[in-house]
Amino acid sequence: MDLKLDGLSVVRDGRSLVRGLSLDVPDGQVVGLVGPNGSGKSTALRCVYRALRPSSGTVWVGEQDLTRLPIRHSARTIAAMTQDGGIDFDFTVEEVVALGRAPHLRGNQALSGRERELCARAMDQLDIGHLAHRGVMTLSGGERQRVLLARALVQEPAILVLDEPTNHLDVRHQVDLLSLLRGAGLTVLVVLHDLNLAAAACDRLGVLSQGRLVASGTPADVLTTDLVADVFGVKASIVPHPLTGDPQLLYSLDSTR
Amino acid sequence: MTVPHKPPPSADADPVVPAEALASRPAGAVRARPASRKVLLLSCAVLAAVLLVSVVIAIGLGPAVVAPGETARHLWAALTGGRIGANEVTTYQIIWQIRTPRVLLAALVGAGLSAVGVAIQAMVRNALADPFVLGVSSGASVGAVGVTVTGGFAVLGIYAVSVGAFIGALVASLLVYAASSNRGALSPLRLVLTGVAMSLGFQAVMSLIIYFAPDSEATSMVLYWTMGSFGAATWGALPVVSAVVLAGLAVMYRYGRALDVLSLGDETAASLGFDPDRHRKVLLVLVSLVTGVMVAVSGAIAFVGLVMPHVVRMVVGATHARVLAVAPLVGAIFMVWVDLAARTLVAPRELPLGVITALVGVPVFIALMRRRGYTFGGR
Repeated sequence: MDLKLDGLSVVRDGRSLVRGLSLDVPDGQVVGLVGPNGSGKSTALRCVYRALRPSSGTVWVGEQDLTRLPIRHSARTIAAMTQDGGIDFDFTVEEVVALGRAPHLRGNQALSGRERELCARAMDQLDIGHLAHRGVMTLSGGERQRVLLARALVQEPAILVLDEPTNHLDVRHQVDLLSLLRGAGLTVLVVLHDLNLAAAACDRLGVLSQGRLVASGTPADVLTTDLVADVFGVKASIVPHPLTGDPQLLYSLDSTR
Repeated sequence: MTVPHKPPPSADADPVVPAEALASRPAGAVRARPASRKVLLLSCAVLAAVLLVSVVIAIGLGPAVVAPGETARHLWAALTGGRIGANEVTTYQIIWQIRTPRVLLAALVGAGLSAVGVAIQAMVRNALADPFVLGVSSGASVGAVGVTVTGGFAVLGIYAVSVGAFIGALVASLLVYAASSNRGALSPLRLVLTGVAMSLGFQAVMSLIIYFAPDSEATSMVLYWTMGSFGAATWGALPVVSAVVLAGLAVMYRYGRALDVLSLGDETAASLGFDPDRHRKVLLVLVSLVTGVMVAVSGAIAFVGLVMPHVVRMVVGATHARVLAVAPLVGAIFMVWVDLAARTLVAPRELPLGVITALVGVPVFIALMRRRGYTFGGR
């Protein structure tokens, strides 16, 4: 299912956080949002998973205006892995993952056999099957990230949005997670900080700076020395990856302007 | 009441498990379901039986001791319109007119406070929240003391003070709601902070009223409202209290999964299709009504609403539908025995309930917490 941000603007307390952002995420593609801290990436995402209502502009899900859909309904199509993973109650991993089924269930309705199977598969996929009965509060940051992604997957969404999913993950799990995203066949909009991972994992990139989209296109088109210098204030040498040919950025520590 | 902050996420230290080892394992084979529905239903049935027995025993005990069998016979007679001997009329009256409403009220309030504690902790995402964190009890105290001092609502007779307390409780909730909502949004932390601040404000108002009050009745009134007592229980108040509390329990139970989702945070709740603000508003109204009614008839009984949710979670886990099935029963049993202790330990005087709930509950709670590896709202 296509996801389309159309002239999205968000104004909070008189400050423009996102200004006229238009971005297409075609069906089945992985599109990355990159940009410096405070450039509006997370704010834009929050409009997609409905934690925030845009001040103007529209989020199109397929042919439908997102704000016209009941929130419960859209949660069956769009799942999110958000940043506030802080859980204050001692749910087990299994229970948190099972809550991904909440938009599909009425009230306290129990999970069906198929749904329990789905949860078990998602936990195995994310390498957390052995943690099923552990309390989430006892997990490390990286384990918790994977629990949150498993929960988003059992929502069985067509569209998945992720806010810095590789936070806290070790290298192996970063690579695993992003290849899982690529292979999942979902429409994915992901905020990433690591430009090299973004270049490797995304079909297209959108670059945000001060709430505006300043560039978009394939990683090779977007990630240029000039753009990285302009937007991030870092001089980087950009070289093709020896195996995949994806652009990779090399920094030296005195490379800030 | 202090407000804990979330600890920062800990640094990562995952052990890396070989992917092959996991891939070869059949999905679902390793996981036994924790406490199944059957076990839960059975536990609830056992707890309900314990509650029933506790109620009968508690009704029999007091200055005039009646054996449980005798008590049951009298209760049966009262319920079915049966006959009792002429020489038993006094016993019958003690049992049916004085003790039964009191014990039933204790059970209702114990159940209500426990359930409200569960709901409110999830709703404001704070393990230290209790039913009175939103200023309900101090608002009720101002209402009760205000009515006592001014002699307002005199037409309502013995219910004047309760009505005053209820109105005070609702006014307090409304003020907390109005002061903490921000462009229609209701942030959990703002809600708690506003509630704590308002409580202090109401306490000051109450102190002021007492300071200028002409008689000392207001002072004993304050002790009553801040420590709690079922001494004023009558059959007259029971229908209203039981209707509100039982309806409240039913609705809260239905919100079980919504509470699970809310306790994961607002962002997550939205992404799972639950509008956090709308749910919080509904719950706030519900919780305020139920707490207001309970405070109006029993005063503010501390500790139960804070600790019962934790005690129950330690045993059945955090899933709210399960907690909300068990917590009211456990809370009711606990409160029946606490009230029995309050009126028999130093008879003919009565101990304030809050004293006993704290003296009994705190050691039990700490022992439980140390025994199980329970993570109390954080580390």
